[in-house]
Amino acid sequence: MSWQGRLSRLDVRGRAADGWARLPVWARAGALIGLAAFFYVLPLFKVPLLDTPESDFASVLFYPVGVYVLMAVGLNVVVGLAGLLDLGYVAFFAIGGYTMALLGVHAHWSFFEVLPVSIVLSVVAGVVLGTPTLRLRGDYLAIVTLGFGEIIRITARNSNPLGGPRGIFGIPHPPNVGGLRFGIIDPKPYYWLLLTLLIVTIAAVRRLERSRVGRAWTAIREDEDAAELMGVPTFRFKLWAFAIGAGIGGMGGTVYATKAISITPDNYPFILSILFLSAVVLGGSGNLVGVIVGGFVVAYLPERFRGFAELRVLVFGAALVVMMAFRPQGLIPSRRRAIELKEPEPAGGLGTLPATPRQTGG
Amino acid sequence: MLRLINFAHSEIFMIGTFGALFATQWMGLEPPEDIHSGLPLILILVGAGLVAMAASGTAAVVLERVAYRPLRRRGAPRLAALISAIGASFFLQEVFARWRGRNPEPFPRVLAKRQLAGFLGANIRADKVLVFLAAIGMMLVLNRFVGTTRLGRGIRAVAQDPETAALMGVNIDRVITVTFLLGGIMAGAAGLLFMVTYENTVYDIGFVLGVKAFTAAVLGGIGNLRGALLGGLVLGLMENYGGAVFGSAWKDVIAFVVLVLVLMVRPTGLLGEALARARA
Repeated sequence: MSWQGRLSRLDVRGRAADGWARLPVWARAGALIGLAAFFYVLPLFKVPLLDTPESDFASVLFYPVGVYVLMAVGLNVVVGLAGLLDLGYVAFFAIGGYTMALLGVHAHWSFFEVLPVSIVLSVVAGVVLGTPTLRLRGDYLAIVTLGFGEIIRITARNSNPLGGPRGIFGIPHPPNVGGLRFGIIDPKPYYWLLLTLLIVTIAAVRRLERSRVGRAWTAIREDEDAAELMGVPTFRFKLWAFAIGAGIGGMGGTVYATKAISITPDNYPFILSILFLSAVVLGGSGNLVGVIVGGFVVAYLPERFRGFAELRVLVFGAALVVMMAFRPQGLIPSRRRAIELKEPEPAGGLGTLPATPRQTGG
Repeated sequence: MLRLINFAHSEIFMIGTFGALFATQWMGLEPPEDIHSGLPLILILVGAGLVAMAASGTAAVVLERVAYRPLRRRGAPRLAALISAIGASFFLQEVFARWRGRNPEPFPRVLAKRQLAGFLGANIRADKVLVFLAAIGMMLVLNRFVGTTRLGRGIRAVAQDPETAALMGVNIDRVITVTFLLGGIMAGAAGLLFMVTYENTVYDIGFVLGVKAFTAAVLGGIGNLRGALLGGLVLGLMENYGGAVFGSAWKDVIAFVVLVLVLMVRPTGLLGEALARARA
């Protein structure tokens, strides 16, 4: 079957996306603004079904939901777009958090002053980690990033200036902006702050994805050697992906810390990296809408069903297995990747781990 | 071996430790101490070992059926398999947390932990000798199995190039199942050895060990059994010496820093073989 034939056979979503692209600009802009407005007013109402009965809805929307979505968007740049498996993404979340904590507590900087600094620091950390390690591929990169995540956490636990195992207490809230008061009780301003950052980030990543950089990432993800031969400076673009992902991670960490008041090394366990990764893969690696949905699902469902708290980890684990068995490409897969998946996999190939990030002949 | 990060391997190991524990309970042994020697000791160890291996081996095969095979059939991307394994790992941990509680359970001391000899100021204890000998023994057996038997050849073929292997008439599903079974059996044996030395287990016991085992495998060179053993040794030594120099809290940091340094110089691990290079 021809390439186009396969595309048209895809599914409703494919056609929906085409229809979306044909809408006039004003209609698209209006729809997006409407969607954004919906999310801004969301915490003001108790939406039936969507509400979380056991915990404050606005608070849940901030953490875990909003934070997870932001982290999933950031990790998607690394994993979904550039195809680099990062198992230690929590490291950047921690770097952002600790930057906020140190500068806020000791230097009395406000959140808005710290934010750019922690983004820059996270980017630097990403470059420092990436420079020696991005020459590695596949599993090797995965384990080194995993190690990096652990190193950051253990270093925080063992350094007295970072508060050791007790962490840092008394992180300042952001200063009030206009009528918005960032206090302890009302989580809504934090949610709005996070949502604003999220929208800016999503817009930026969207632009990036469609640019020359984004195309270079796709090329690297599909076949790194071929990309290199075609003249794509693969190493430089991989480093870019890493650095941008790191910056977004640092941003997420900073926002989280300013709301949390205190952070300890235990806030940054390995499992968090895994949850962020699950969000990306579950939603549809490489697709921005997909990973947003993925972040939402991974963060929201356990909160929604706190009632079954007893069993929720069990169910979550089983759900991941079932989900991957029936829809390995994620809930809302990237269209390009969906096409790749339709290609027959080399017979019975483990299907899972070629040494190179190459998926199938694309 | 199969170029596949089996995240649930730590849970297979955990099941092995519980298998060994149940075996001792069935044999009527009581913690904390129930020391035996001579033939009874050997019988206990072999019995517990068999139960542990059976438990882990079965778990590994079931895991492959449930969490890996459906994905392989559909040609899912590697990340999907990883997530699926993580899901399975959560599931198994939680099952054991519910069933056995979240506190560590003691294992009877069956082997008197006598100091056998001193060597350059180091103590050599009976249980450590057992672990060491068993590790060497298992490695030799496994190496021989993979190196000389028909199935072993199948495993190597599938590891190198599944597509070609299938064309050559290798039953990939069977080979992979056997590989998981082998991995499970090894994990079960490791579970018993762990229990003999550390004498307790809990539902999330496998996690740290799993990460370490994976690090060791990468350090030595994935897909190379001797490399894995060397990697394990180097990692263990580095951790303990490094821990002695910088303080034991930094143990894990040192392990990972060493890993990064080694990989920078030798991106395929210490004994990274042509296999890895050919595919990279």
